[in-house]
Amino acid sequence: MSDVLLQATGLRLAFGGVKAADGIDLGVMKGEFLAIIGPNGAGKTTFINMSTGYLRPNAGEITYEGSRITGLSPRAIVKRGIARSFQLPQLFAEHTVEQNIALAVASRDGIWSPLTPLLRPGYRDEARDLLDRFGLSAIAHARADALNEGARKLADIAMAVALKPRLLLMDEPTSGVAASEKMGVVETLARVLRDAQVTAVFVEHDMDVVERFADRVAVWSQGRIAALGPPQQVLSDPAVQRDVIGIERHA
Amino acid sequence: MAEWFQDNGLLLGLALLDGLSSAGLIFLVAVGLNLVFGVLRIINVAHGSLYAIGAYSAASIGIFLSGRGLPDWASIPTLILSAALVGAILGPIIERLLLRRIYAQEEVVQLLVTFALFMILEDVQKLLWGVQPIHHDTAMRWLGTIDVPFGADFIPFTNYQLFVLPGIAIVTLVGLAWFLRRTLTGRVIVAVTTDREAATAMGIDAAKVFLLTFTFGAMLAALGGALSSPTAALVPGIGAQTIVLSFAVVATAGLGQIEGAALTSLMMGLGRSIAVYFEPELEVVVPYIIMVLVLLVRPQGLFGVIETRRV
Amino acid sequence: MRKIEPFLALLLAAAMITAAVTAPWLRFVLTIALAKGIAVIGILLLLRAGQVSFGHALYIAFGAYTVAFLAPRYGDAVVLLLLAAVGAGLLGLVIGLFVTRYRQIFFGMLNLAMSMVFYSLLEKLYHYTKGSDGIRVEIMPIAGQTLDRVAYEWWIFGIAMGLAFVLGFLIRLYLSSPMGEALAGIKTRETRLEFMGVPARGVLLAAYVMSAMLGGIGGAIIAMTSRHVTPLLSYWTSSGELVFIAILGGAGGVLGPFLGAAAYELVRIYAAASFADAWQMILGAVLLLVILFAPGGLWGMAARVMKGRAQ
Repeated sequence: MSDVLLQATGLRLAFGGVKAADGIDLGVMKGEFLAIIGPNGAGKTTFINMSTGYLRPNAGEITYEGSRITGLSPRAIVKRGIARSFQLPQLFAEHTVEQNIALAVASRDGIWSPLTPLLRPGYRDEARDLLDRFGLSAIAHARADALNEGARKLADIAMAVALKPRLLLMDEPTSGVAASEKMGVVETLARVLRDAQVTAVFVEHDMDVVERFADRVAVWSQGRIAALGPPQQVLSDPAVQRDVIGIERHA
Repeated sequence: MAEWFQDNGLLLGLALLDGLSSAGLIFLVAVGLNLVFGVLRIINVAHGSLYAIGAYSAASIGIFLSGRGLPDWASIPTLILSAALVGAILGPIIERLLLRRIYAQEEVVQLLVTFALFMILEDVQKLLWGVQPIHHDTAMRWLGTIDVPFGADFIPFTNYQLFVLPGIAIVTLVGLAWFLRRTLTGRVIVAVTTDREAATAMGIDAAKVFLLTFTFGAMLAALGGALSSPTAALVPGIGAQTIVLSFAVVATAGLGQIEGAALTSLMMGLGRSIAVYFEPELEVVVPYIIMVLVLLVRPQGLFGVIETRRV
Repeated sequence: MRKIEPFLALLLAAAMITAAVTAPWLRFVLTIALAKGIAVIGILLLLRAGQVSFGHALYIAFGAYTVAFLAPRYGDAVVLLLLAAVGAGLLGLVIGLFVTRYRQIFFGMLNLAMSMVFYSLLEKLYHYTKGSDGIRVEIMPIAGQTLDRVAYEWWIFGIAMGLAFVLGFLIRLYLSSPMGEALAGIKTRETRLEFMGVPARGVLLAAYVMSAMLGGIGGAIIAMTSRHVTPLLSYWTSSGELVFIAILGGAGGVLGPFLGAAAYELVRIYAAASFADAWQMILGAVLLLVILFAPGGLWGMAARVMKGRAQ
């Protein structure tokens, strides 16, 4: 199983009476794009939160590159090469877009030197380059709290990519992005990630995006994985169509 | 231990009684500050000035009326009415003219506006009442003293400090809890405290709630001052001392918590008076030590609720 | 605006030097203003992170008393400045390890608590500190040179000015580095920092220690200038004054604190001379006017004027 990057085994987590994870077993393969679909409240975000150290499972464990990461802090997990983006973009509202990205780039090598701008000015160029690839150059100097939802979303993902992770977890990367721009955005994102050989897990509600970009799809339902496999196979499953896609289409 | 009690028992008894009465005063002031913070989200630095002005006004009104034949028994209601008057006049003025303009501003700006108000009121107070100590204790003298049995001995203590101060504090605590939980206006105030946006969206007139709450908080500060005036001479600086102590109570209790404020006031009142009798150097330090210890164990305060952020 | 900041700094320095040459009493006032400006840069750092310390007078008092205590033994201004900075930094590290676990009002109040504890220690440990009488500081040699009073005062003024430039430059560098931007990130999105592998608490702690050192340096200069230290340096109103100056100057660049401190000291001196009983009231009124009508402070006003010119 040398090609498994992240392995979750028997994850359980309950909030009050709600089982947000009720025995999750999932292996993420190196290099793949894995989509997570399922109705709201099925525990998709909870899985990302557990994988990045924000929540700790009641039972079960997660290993990354063979070593256990359950119980580690978000900070320690980032250092191992797992980054994430957020359903609600988590930007530094009073910084410009470029500053947001530049801070993420700089944080890779530790931020402790006040002399960084003089000694390693390269981090700003790298940030600009990233902005360029994400098509954000035009708004590089806008304050993050002045952006529209789609741009905020992209900047949020760009910050995660700036950390040069080997595994990227994205929580609804295309929600808030205008329908007309959606495919273009995902296209760009996929290219950036493939160039950098990043493995990606993304929660997605748009089945067209899933069908086109995911190598595999995991269907979440009430804290469990109801189905797992290639998109064509999973999405054509009548049960999945009834329980998940039906809901999605009407949502 | 037994021997220590033999020597210091009476002193301890006196410290406990003193602590109880000062806890009553601390509570009145701190709960007003806490209420205002809970609803307006503003830490009112000038709350201590309202306390001082309440104290000076009550003493002046008392002296004025006593000179015109006010019977001694009426001096206690006079204290309370003076406080209500001070709060009813200054509260709306401050809220309408000043605070209203800064609700949307950053926390530091709000804090500084009330700090500026504090600076202004400190001088107003000095200009009106001078710097000489003022003392008017008819209320306390009229009620006389009582011998409180303590072990085999008796401790003489004023009825005013033993019954009136803790009594009014308890009535305030119970009344406030009843008001906030059982009356419509009270529930509206609580609704604004817990979720301002939702409350406003439901059609609650936040401006009115703010005005009402601030005025009531100002009355409580003035009441604390007025009730303290018979027990000690009034000098400049009492407002500054009172506000820092109230800050400590509010942070220790947890923000917006009434019962927490009561318990914390009791701890700090007792802690401080025990220090006064046994280790006077520590008097001023004790409240902060209590605060630091509590926050070490419960970072959100005794009764505070942790706010979690969704990601 | 950032680009012309160094130019404005030179302009301000030239104005200060001219004033100090023309009127010796202004030299005294401006030295104090420079010292407070240095301390207020520390407040500015914490404001960047969205935190208000209502207790930073602690570090000023610590620096000042370091000078007062050690001057008789290690009587050299340069050595004492170093000791004050390092000592305040260590104290800031110890206290910072505790207070950086808290945010907002809890952070502010815990700082307040610490400064008040220090205040009461200074006041109550009469044997060492001479209580509220305070300690006189004699004129001391500077870098081994024994000087007469006028030369000494000029030298301290020059040192304060030099330090203001050096420290202002360093802090400016720091604020524009990723470390400084992460500090500002604490204000808006602290959790994101953790998800970028950046320890937010560590970032805040580093800024806190720097702010303590800046306070210690400011306090040392104040002690060398006023040559008399009292516990009042640590009272909470002195901490409020620092936040006041920060907002008065404007939170934009590192020049703001110096603009603010000079304006503050001048208004204070003028008000105290003209209206002895109401100088606090005047300062409070100025603060209110600035907040209500000139958001952004003096720095903001300057920035608007410059923008107007440029267009």
